[in-house]
Amino acid sequence: MFTRLALRMAATVLVTFVIFAPLSSLVLWSFTRRWSWPHPFPQELALFYWRKVLEGDLFRALQSGFLIAVIVTAATLVLTVPLAYLLARYPVPFKAVILLVFLLPHAFPQLPVFVNTTTLLYRVNLAASFSGVVLIHMVGALVYAVWTMTAVFRSIPESLEEAAWNLGASRLKTFLTVALPLATPGLVASTLLVFLYSLDEFTGTLLVGSPFVLTLPVYMYRTSVGYELQVASIAALVLMLPGLVLLVVLERHLKSEYLSMFGRL
Amino acid sequence: MEVRVEGLVKRYGRVTALDGVSLGFASGGLTAILGPSGCGKTTLLRSLAGFVAVDGGRILFGPEEVTALPPQARGTAMVFQHYALWPHMTVFDNVAYGLRLRKLPDADVRRRVERVLDLVEIGRITGVMQRRPAELSGGQQQRVALARALVVEPRVLLLDEPLSNLDAKVRQRLRAEVRRLQKAVGITAIYVTHDQEEALAIADTVVLMNAGRVVQSGSPQEIYSRPESAFTAEFLGVSNQLAGIAEAGGVRIGAQRLPYAGAVRGRATLIFRATDASLATDEEEAAPGHTLLRGVLEERLFLGSVYRHYVRVEGETIMVDGTEPVEGGPVTVRVPVAKLQVYAA
Repeated sequence: MFTRLALRMAATVLVTFVIFAPLSSLVLWSFTRRWSWPHPFPQELALFYWRKVLEGDLFRALQSGFLIAVIVTAATLVLTVPLAYLLARYPVPFKAVILLVFLLPHAFPQLPVFVNTTTLLYRVNLAASFSGVVLIHMVGALVYAVWTMTAVFRSIPESLEEAAWNLGASRLKTFLTVALPLATPGLVASTLLVFLYSLDEFTGTLLVGSPFVLTLPVYMYRTSVGYELQVASIAALVLMLPGLVLLVVLERHLKSEYLSMFGRL
Repeated sequence: MEVRVEGLVKRYGRVTALDGVSLGFASGGLTAILGPSGCGKTTLLRSLAGFVAVDGGRILFGPEEVTALPPQARGTAMVFQHYALWPHMTVFDNVAYGLRLRKLPDADVRRRVERVLDLVEIGRITGVMQRRPAELSGGQQQRVALARALVVEPRVLLLDEPLSNLDAKVRQRLRAEVRRLQKAVGITAIYVTHDQEEALAIADTVVLMNAGRVVQSGSPQEIYSRPESAFTAEFLGVSNQLAGIAEAGGVRIGAQRLPYAGAVRGRATLIFRATDASLATDEEEAAPGHTLLRGVLEERLFLGSVYRHYVRVEGETIMVDGTEPVEGGPVTVRVPVAKLQVYAA
């Protein structure tokens, strides 16, 4: 009884440490003015860097990152909702192959894939542009949306749609009044997955977007290679916020049965 | 609306689900399509609704051929096995769905929904209408599903094992309800079931199917008392089967010979119901119109309304039901000649 309690407490402490120790150092660094070896704590704390960052590029990076994420999410959903519905409901030939194709960009090391894509995009004049970054994000994000939405549509019993169809509703009407409303929780989930993916995407953004397109992860990378650890820490903290908020929402909506459907695709 | 199908064929790969089915469904009548799972009864129903595109044959609603029409243009309404109520809508919205598609004014929709919910005896209508289907019991959900189908005044009502998800008591009550509603509305109804008792109880006409073909159709009484094949006899009720050899004037079963005047010759199957047979402990002369079989009583079970006796006859075990218990040992099984069916094996 007591040993179990002790074990549980030890586990809690360990987990807390693993999660919050790196975070606390981020927080600490973000308020540091001067911190040099061998001092265990910063010698001087200040809001100097927060002020500097918020007045500077961070805001611009945040803005363009959000805009890209919104466009990527909208475009991905417009493409994948009909596609996922087709894959879930109709005897599409080579279904498994189609689903695997979307996984392909994730199956190989990211760097060579994106470097090749970048050279390709240079040829069609899309590199270092906003649309190029949107495209490269969609390549990575499609798999999340297609797989989740296919699983969601498949979890809706077909008889629910047949009932509407049978009562005189057209296929489109049936989709809009029955399938889509029932898929809403899954739709919200895949929206959030895609949005977060786009917001956090780094490799593709850096390679394709440089030097003109600046998102938060790229901004963080640039500042940290410039040894401005304070600025990088602040960027990291800011970048974490939308993720945290959205993940809480996601957790509410992503029903376990959708996840279990993945196995049956 | 009279419904006819002519030579319907449907194949799934190498499996033939419908193998040239021709049937007429009387206007205003309830036809039960009965058969074991995989016999094609559900495929037949779904092809009537338009969910299944047939490979051959014609479907006619009255004079109109509907074979090529999509489901939404057929004017049928289906009641599904798992209710298929929309969980994201209230009971009212579920029932109103078909009416709203027809662009009826709101007041009309409301009036008709209330009337049909009243017809299916859902209970306190105002309370139920604003609930979600998941908050209702299975029986109530199926009543809502019935209301949703009936409210659009369909040409044909299709029921796909509508009661098989309910427990025995509710099933019995709803069975009578479905029959009452169908008669009250006077609609042509086609009812698919694998439960022979349900089919006999509810239908004007029973169609028995097996392996994609119609085996026999007729009134419940006809099907029950005059089965035309071993399959029909077997499928309708607790039956005994004995293998024998039919000859002129008699059937040999092992060492025993029973009088027989029918036309079957050679290897044959004898079938009679457990309820039609009776037991006697001593050898007795065959009463007029009865056939006697000698056997040994092995086991007796009390089933509540009857005692079921298991009797070994020439190496096979048969069942005989009786209101009085009989003790084990050698017995004589009496079967009325009229109830003994002989089919070529």
